Amino acid sequence: MGREVSESCIDSLLTEIVSSYSTRFYANKPELAARTIEAIGYQVGHQLSERYTMDRPRFSDHLEAIKFICKDFWSELFKKQIDNLKTNHRGTFVLQDNRFRWLSRVSNPILDEASAKDPEALAQNKAAQAETSAAQATSMLLYFPCGIIRGALSNLGIPCAVSADISNLPTCSFVVRIKA
Amino acid sequence: MAPPPRSGDAIFANVDRVNAELFTLTYGAIVRQLLTDLEEVDEVNKQLDQMGYNIGIRLIDEFLAKSNISTCVDFKETAEVIAKVGFKMFLGVTASVSNWDPEGTTCSIILEDNPLVDFVELPDTCQGLYYCNILSGVVRGALEMVSMKTEITWVRDMLRGDDAFELRLKLLKQVPEEYPYKDDE
Repeated sequence: MGREVSESCIDSLLTEIVSSYSTRFYANKPELAARTIEAIGYQVGHQLSERYTMDRPRFSDHLEAIKFICKDFWSELFKKQIDNLKTNHRGTFVLQDNRFRWLSRVSNPILDEASAKDPEALAQNKAAQAETSAAQATSMLLYFPCGIIRGALSNLGIPCAVSADISNLPTCSFVVRIKA
Repeated sequence: MAPPPRSGDAIFANVDRVNAELFTLTYGAIVRQLLTDLEEVDEVNKQLDQMGYNIGIRLIDEFLAKSNISTCVDFKETAEVIAKVGFKMFLGVTASVSNWDPEGTTCSIILEDNPLVDFVELPDTCQGLYYCNILSGVVRGALEMVSMKTEITWVRDMLRGDDAFELRLKLLKQVPEEYPYKDDE
């Protein structure tokens, strides 16, 4: 086992990156904030996958590489593996973590269906507004791990887009779409 | 009776821990991103300090809750506790305190091992960057939450070729705590 630090260190950093970029640096540009946070994750994923694959033979196909992310890579980061992997065999993979650590202390901010579909009702309802901003804050937290996965795969020679779905907290699903 | 204070080692052994590489590389990526976004090294130093401060004012709660530290009698004891317990329970490293001034208001916290700088080398273009400035911000923020206003500067920095990291802590003002109630109520 290599060197370790308290989990609070990484939690604090992550919270602070999100809050600095989304409320201080780019307060009125949520997309730019999101892109920057993702870019930081990408950098980290790229470097980590470089380190963790140093002594391995090259992966023979995409599935092998994705399995590496689900097992070894995830274990290094979160001390557990991805719980479920699905694929449509056409370049889309869904990596499901039933208890994603970085969301384990986040309350469930998901909008109920009605308020999500009717923006006007949403505007009239302050509680719903608070929920919306909580949902936005939570989704901001996910750009970092999405960036990590994209960076890790890109280092393995697999360009892709990664998004996250948290409609069923604390389960978090990362959707990887490999670019043809 | 209040439970006895716990040692930094005991706390660190019991907290959830993560792979330090993830932490180190994440911090490195933040610094790199700030350098790209802000361009000016001084501005990066300022933002790292601000981020640290924001973290410090939150982290103090966890520190107090897990360490069972009660009120420190003076700044000397506070500095010792930060070095021996604080650094250990979060970063897993021990720091030492030295170079006190006669008044007992200025001292140095010395760090010989620092997970933030594993794999780090500063290029010439980053002269003037205090890479670990987030740490001084954390300490400043945490101390402010226990009524001590401090000024913290870097005296030695291993990334600049020194043999250790040395943080100079200067106590500017200590606001006495006021209780809204009497002790016996």
